[in-house]
Amino acid sequence: MKKGPADSQMTEISRSILRESIVLPPLIGLILLVVLASVLSPYFMTFKNIINVLRQVSIVAIISVGMTYVIITGGIDLSVGSVAALSGMITGLFLKNVGAGLFVSSSMGIISGMLCGLFSGFLITSKIRMPPFIATLAMMSIARGIALMMTSGRPIFNLPESFSFLGGGFFWDIPIPIIIMLIIYLLAHISLTYTKSGLYFYAIGGDEEAARVTGIKNNVVKMRAYLISGFCASIAGIVLTSRVMVSEPIAGFLYELEAIAAVIIGGANLFGGEGIVLGTLIGAVIMGVLRNSLNLLNVSTYLQQVVIGFVIVTMVSISILRRG
Amino acid sequence: MSISFLLELKNISKNFGGVRALHNVHLNLGYNEILAIVGDNGAGKSTLMKIISGAILPDSGNIFFEGKKVSIKSPQDSLGLGIQMCYQDLALINCLDIQSNLFMGREISRKFLGHIHFLDKKRMRHHSNEHLKSLGISIPYLREKVGNLSGGQRQVIAISRAVYWGKKLIILDEPTAALGVQESGKVLDLIRTLTDKELSVIIISHNLQHVFSVADRVMVLRRGENAGDRTIKETDGEEVVKMITGAEFSDQEIRG
Repeated sequence: MKKGPADSQMTEISRSILRESIVLPPLIGLILLVVLASVLSPYFMTFKNIINVLRQVSIVAIISVGMTYVIITGGIDLSVGSVAALSGMITGLFLKNVGAGLFVSSSMGIISGMLCGLFSGFLITSKIRMPPFIATLAMMSIARGIALMMTSGRPIFNLPESFSFLGGGFFWDIPIPIIIMLIIYLLAHISLTYTKSGLYFYAIGGDEEAARVTGIKNNVVKMRAYLISGFCASIAGIVLTSRVMVSEPIAGFLYELEAIAAVIIGGANLFGGEGIVLGTLIGAVIMGVLRNSLNLLNVSTYLQQVVIGFVIVTMVSISILRRG
Repeated sequence: MSISFLLELKNISKNFGGVRALHNVHLNLGYNEILAIVGDNGAGKSTLMKIISGAILPDSGNIFFEGKKVSIKSPQDSLGLGIQMCYQDLALINCLDIQSNLFMGREISRKFLGHIHFLDKKRMRHHSNEHLKSLGISIPYLREKVGNLSGGQRQVIAISRAVYWGKKLIILDEPTAALGVQESGKVLDLIRTLTDKELSVIIISHNLQHVFSVADRVMVLRRGENAGDRTIKETDGEEVVKMITGAEFSDQEIRG
């Protein structure tokens, strides 16, 4: 069948919409939610409130970037919440007890997070081939344990005032955590969409064996995913610490589940091969908007949990039905 | 022997635990030759091909490529020699588009800051189009996900990828197994054109009709051992079936 150029251009466009359709359900969901929230509460659609929502979302959203990489490869990372806490503790320890500068302390925090990712990645890619769920479950326990051990479970208070910029500072009127979040999302989007190593995450998530026989080094790619996850978790942990100006060893509790929810609501396939960070960002924002609007409506936090559970059920059902 | 071969396997043996998959198997393949390997299930065909492609290592035996002794320890090694395997399960990644699959593992990219490889999607699209056209394959939309294609289209994509990257030898594992009559015909037509491109082909098949329609020579494996080797002109279906099933032991011969 021959098609005219106009025709093929049309199919090209309609197909490209279909291809990107994994963000359509969450995007429509977010729009509906925002419309509903602004109707129910006049306060919702104010600049202050929107900025507030985005700032609240930013920590989990940054963690979710790393989670997106891992889930695209067909894995999971349960350690991110603990790793965030550990990085915050290490950074606090260097700032307060060692007296190191901001840059050195933050770098140590980031390095500790990446080492955690490296360790999970090692367990998963070594000869033992530990399932990601188990390896990162172990890492979750180890990182939390180390974070608690460092100060016998006590928070580190009185961090130097200059450190508050990362979490509490502004660039024009935009809080720095939001800017950091947007930069990380932009970089992740570029890496996943336009680079060779980005493509390989999808390849091994889609079909590990097929990727291997085409010469892709699966272990290296997986290692990278967990390294990126550890990196994102550590950034989130440092920003969180700077925001509250306390290194808290129990920080980031259950953040891994929020991050997984954001990625899945964002349309990624939990079994790998599919997912984009734009979807994850929308997923994280959906949960933030939901919490915020329920707060504005004075809905109890207990009921909020129930509502968020049902939103996850709805969004994931849509994405499964769409996949057929 | 003074005849020069593209590929020669000598005394290849492979055991999986206590199971003898291959025992002292020989194989030779000339330049621009299409060699069919036939045999019953479990005769060792796929194991032999996986040894050539580096997916598994033989326990013993030697491999010679273009007259030189080589050791193939990984898929990268065989790719480096110019051997491209096209697997029965296709080795296509369903969630990615045709273009990404054609270039999988060997994407065209531009380096940025030394280490970041940006995909050159435009050039890959151009080359994909040119290549598929040169093989007479019409695929309307290169960014279609491979998972949405028919079995025949997927097979054609898998073979054309092998042809694109195989510089010297293409191995096709059951290329027509999952296809209908018309689709098989197209795939066989495609295989026949490969020797025009200065390629040698090894094709594994259960379908003797297909073997006789494309191959120059047929080699039979039975229970992991050589059970015969004939040019297509000097044999017929009946004889090949006998060699496969072992009905006539007097006809056994092993070439080295």
